[in-house]
Amino acid sequence: MPNFEAGKFDVIVVGAGHAGVEAALASAKIGAKTLVLTINLDMIAFMPCNPSIGGPAKGIVVREIDALGGAMGKVIDKTHIQMRMLNTAKGPAVRALRAQADKVLYQNEMKKLLEEQENLTIHQAVVEELLVEDEKIIGLVTQVGAIYRADAVVITTGTFLRGEIIIGDLKYSSGPNNQQPSIKLADSIRDLGFDLVRFKTGTPPRVNSKTVDYSKTEIQPGDDVPRAFSFETTEFIMDQLPCWLTYTSGETHQIINDNLHLSPMYSGMIKGTGPRYCPSIEDKIVRFSDKPRHQIFLEPEGRNTREVYVQGLSTSLPEHVQRQLLASIPGLENAEMMRAGYAIEYDAMVPTQLWPTLETKKIKNLYTAGQINGTSGYEEAAGQGLMAGINAGLRVLNKEEIVLSRSDAYIGVLIDDLVTKGTNEPYRLLTSRAEYRLLLRHDNADLRLLEKAYKIGLVSQARYEKFLEKKSRIEVELKRLRSLMIKPNEVTQALIRSVEGSELKDGIRAADLLKRTEMNYDLVAQLAPSEIELTIEEKEQIEIQVKYEGYIEKSLQQVEKLKKMEDKKIPDKIDYDAISGLATEARQKLKLVRPLSIAQATRISGVNPADVSILLIYIEQGKIAKITG
Amino acid sequence: MEFDTIAAISTPLGEGAIAIVRLSGSNAISIANQIFHSPNGKNLFNQASHTIHYGHLVDSETDEIVEEVMLSLMKGPKTFTREDVVEINCHGGIVSVNRVLKLVLINGARLAEPGEFTKRAFLNGRIDLSQAEAVMDLIRAKTDKAMNVALGQMDGRLSRLIKTLRQALLETIAQVEVNIDYPEYDDVEEMTIPLMIKNGMWVKEEIEKLLVTSSQGKILREGLSTAIIGRPNVGKSSLLNSLIQENKAIVTDIAGTTRDIIEEYVNVRGVPLKLVDTAGIRETEDIVERIGVEKSRQVLKEADLILLVLNNAEKLTIEDRRLFEAIEGMDVIIIINKTDLPTQIELEEIKQLAGEKRIVTTSLLQEEGIDELEEAIASLFFEGTIESSDITYVSNARHISLLHLAKETITDAIEAAQTDVPVDMIQIDVTRTWEILGEIVGDTVEESLLDQLFSQFCLGK
Repeated sequence: MPNFEAGKFDVIVVGAGHAGVEAALASAKIGAKTLVLTINLDMIAFMPCNPSIGGPAKGIVVREIDALGGAMGKVIDKTHIQMRMLNTAKGPAVRALRAQADKVLYQNEMKKLLEEQENLTIHQAVVEELLVEDEKIIGLVTQVGAIYRADAVVITTGTFLRGEIIIGDLKYSSGPNNQQPSIKLADSIRDLGFDLVRFKTGTPPRVNSKTVDYSKTEIQPGDDVPRAFSFETTEFIMDQLPCWLTYTSGETHQIINDNLHLSPMYSGMIKGTGPRYCPSIEDKIVRFSDKPRHQIFLEPEGRNTREVYVQGLSTSLPEHVQRQLLASIPGLENAEMMRAGYAIEYDAMVPTQLWPTLETKKIKNLYTAGQINGTSGYEEAAGQGLMAGINAGLRVLNKEEIVLSRSDAYIGVLIDDLVTKGTNEPYRLLTSRAEYRLLLRHDNADLRLLEKAYKIGLVSQARYEKFLEKKSRIEVELKRLRSLMIKPNEVTQALIRSVEGSELKDGIRAADLLKRTEMNYDLVAQLAPSEIELTIEEKEQIEIQVKYEGYIEKSLQQVEKLKKMEDKKIPDKIDYDAISGLATEARQKLKLVRPLSIAQATRISGVNPADVSILLIYIEQGKIAKITG
Repeated sequence: MEFDTIAAISTPLGEGAIAIVRLSGSNAISIANQIFHSPNGKNLFNQASHTIHYGHLVDSETDEIVEEVMLSLMKGPKTFTREDVVEINCHGGIVSVNRVLKLVLINGARLAEPGEFTKRAFLNGRIDLSQAEAVMDLIRAKTDKAMNVALGQMDGRLSRLIKTLRQALLETIAQVEVNIDYPEYDDVEEMTIPLMIKNGMWVKEEIEKLLVTSSQGKILREGLSTAIIGRPNVGKSSLLNSLIQENKAIVTDIAGTTRDIIEEYVNVRGVPLKLVDTAGIRETEDIVERIGVEKSRQVLKEADLILLVLNNAEKLTIEDRRLFEAIEGMDVIIIINKTDLPTQIELEEIKQLAGEKRIVTTSLLQEEGIDELEEAIASLFFEGTIESSDITYVSNARHISLLHLAKETITDAIEAAQTDVPVDMIQIDVTRTWEILGEIVGDTVEESLLDQLFSQFCLGK
């Protein structure tokens, strides 16, 4: 087929999953003329696995995306069927929102957003080849021979890249949910010299809810207070659908043990590395054989469908065994399977081949984001997509790129982990990966990030002004509470007694009173009324900042130290072979990762403090130019 | 670069009448000021730079006088490192200088890494590149060695205990983390506050016990308690004298506080020995005869190392055999002395009695075999990996200061748990404790938390 010139864009985004849509929207919003290409226009922002968004760490990523002007939070706020705040009792830093999504509504809403975005062109096409000149991306070619020219390209192929679905001993070339896979693009990426690894993930079967006996299950309702991911959402969906909880039975475990030889996981057919945190049911039963039962959550896939996602039953066993498994679970005895579960293997980039901007080190102006970088999860994908889209756009517009640090955002933790440490399995964000998680909270995502988004035009003037107002109200009120003395008079003591606190002996600052566990903002405000009426979010913000001041202060001190190390930049042209004192392993790792700062160098495994000292001495001496020769 | 305040012993150990502990960094003066008491109540902050002050160092926790010192005060930038520097001149000797180091570490200084003073001097622009390159070599060499030594010298029991404590903390952390990251999973037991307090208390108690033993000298810091035993006239006194002569006794005649046993300190190839009952030996009386069977058993039991001296020129006696019985199961080196005289003793018989224990033959009179004895002592405790003495003490001081830190952080965690602070905050201090203990055993791989998480719990969709 003859090739033809199909157009010239600033940025082209390949793929329109959760990473692709954020990348395309961000790039277009900051002013780059953007094209997004997808294999199937009906699959924009499709959720091939669980119908939910958020949860610990991930939910905070969605808040961060929103604070940075991204779409995920706003779209799920409009299309969810249920929302819950998790970990409310475990501390402010780990509170996280999770929503059950109406999958189809979510896709439609996201597609609409793309269609209406200025500067953004949407087209259905299969990309087969990347065009590179002088180690710089210049465009790409599609299956029909269309050549698109671009100054920057963002690749977000998810599990499509040389995807293969596996059910029992059946294995076929496919993207998720029987979509057309992306094979030639995988060849093209490999031919450019990138290291690819083979990862694996999986999904459980779906059943028809009219055949489920819910009387044998426990109801899992959403919260009955209004919740939203986006800081801008003002309309809340209160009409929610419940999820349901049931358990595997002894029979389930028996069936799996009897059929283990049919599982591609154990027959050796699957070679890709699967995630430990997301094991298949056969994995759970083999590895945790002493557990008598496992939880199974039944999650509706939407309001206009009967399809139900069977969370906890991810499997690649043959379909006839899957049917037996379903029948062995209380409530699902007569359930009709609508789709079988499957495992999927796909190609992923070794992410240490990327700069922290998500640009590849090898090919200039080429970015990758999402599952192709070795992550799993819609939120992880969206966070990377957003940053890759921002940075590709900024590059084209000749503006300074943005890298979020580990103390700025979970997105910063995610990307730094990937590009600095790499990953041996599909990477999932966990709160324990964030060393400053007390600072990376659900409630303060806007305070952490909105300013950055405003500066590059991702957030409107109106939103920014509203944000500044909120920020100033919080500051004013904090200052007031920290200086105002509360007298130990009868009114005060009575209030303290009413919440079973110990009475005051002396006057106390309002902020110190608020620090007491039994106190909250509204109680203190009764004794020290404020002239300004604060919103619930502002009150929460004040409570957290006052109550956990000591811990927050400690974290901030650690961040100060980190910042100093981050300010020690390592020149890109440094020649590690010329630095004599480095240990061999450290030298190899440094050459591979090419850290941008001393802080990043310290996080590379195999680079020990002595190596860092030696590096520092060379850099301080300004000898770099001489030793690169 | 972190420019926190660092400290180290900057004179060679075991030599000289005076030793110097050097502090450098922005808090050097304030740390010194916290522990320094001069007769006329000087505040170091008000003193001129480059002045010397006489006074005492006082442990603020116990109000005990630790050392009599001369303290040199030098304010940056006219110092070696260009930072504020305080040099504490104290009595030369392992015990005193270590106490001083420990005191400044507890009061906020960090133990300097090998070559760190010089590194700072360089980074602050004080020295040129050729000097700096020498420093790099030093850093490289010393770090590798320090790592070997840190691992090699670590007392097996200590490292096992620390690992047990870390595992207990890790399990607690993993359980909290799993509750946080997988809140909907009911099959993971909730790590409750009372349970966290219970686990925290246990860890704290164990750390406290360790700190007590550390001050009793069980962790090498104050020396291995060493008893020289043997019948009258076998050469105990000569052995004592030659150990002291060879190695220069560093502290002499410290009277025991509760019992009439005199101790002396010697440094044998990096192994600090605290020789007990040296007076008894000098009087050439057998310890058992002199202080009674019960008490001598006690002394032997408390000893980390026993040197049993036999006479080459006589056959084994009943007393010799009794001594062999008394030292069953202890760390012992058997010394067959007087090889300058004709051999009467039956070597085969001794080998049988000795079992696994090392046997060394000496002629203390002709100064033969002392090297082998020292070698045996060193290899018994370090398996021959140690070359110089300084790192031993430095590492030990480091362990102790880390244990103090760990105690502080776990105490913070327990107090927080007792005052209804949310679990996520408590977790910060629990994790910190785990990390600090990890620094002692040289293991801070963060991935181990995730490994723990996924091997301990069944998670996923």
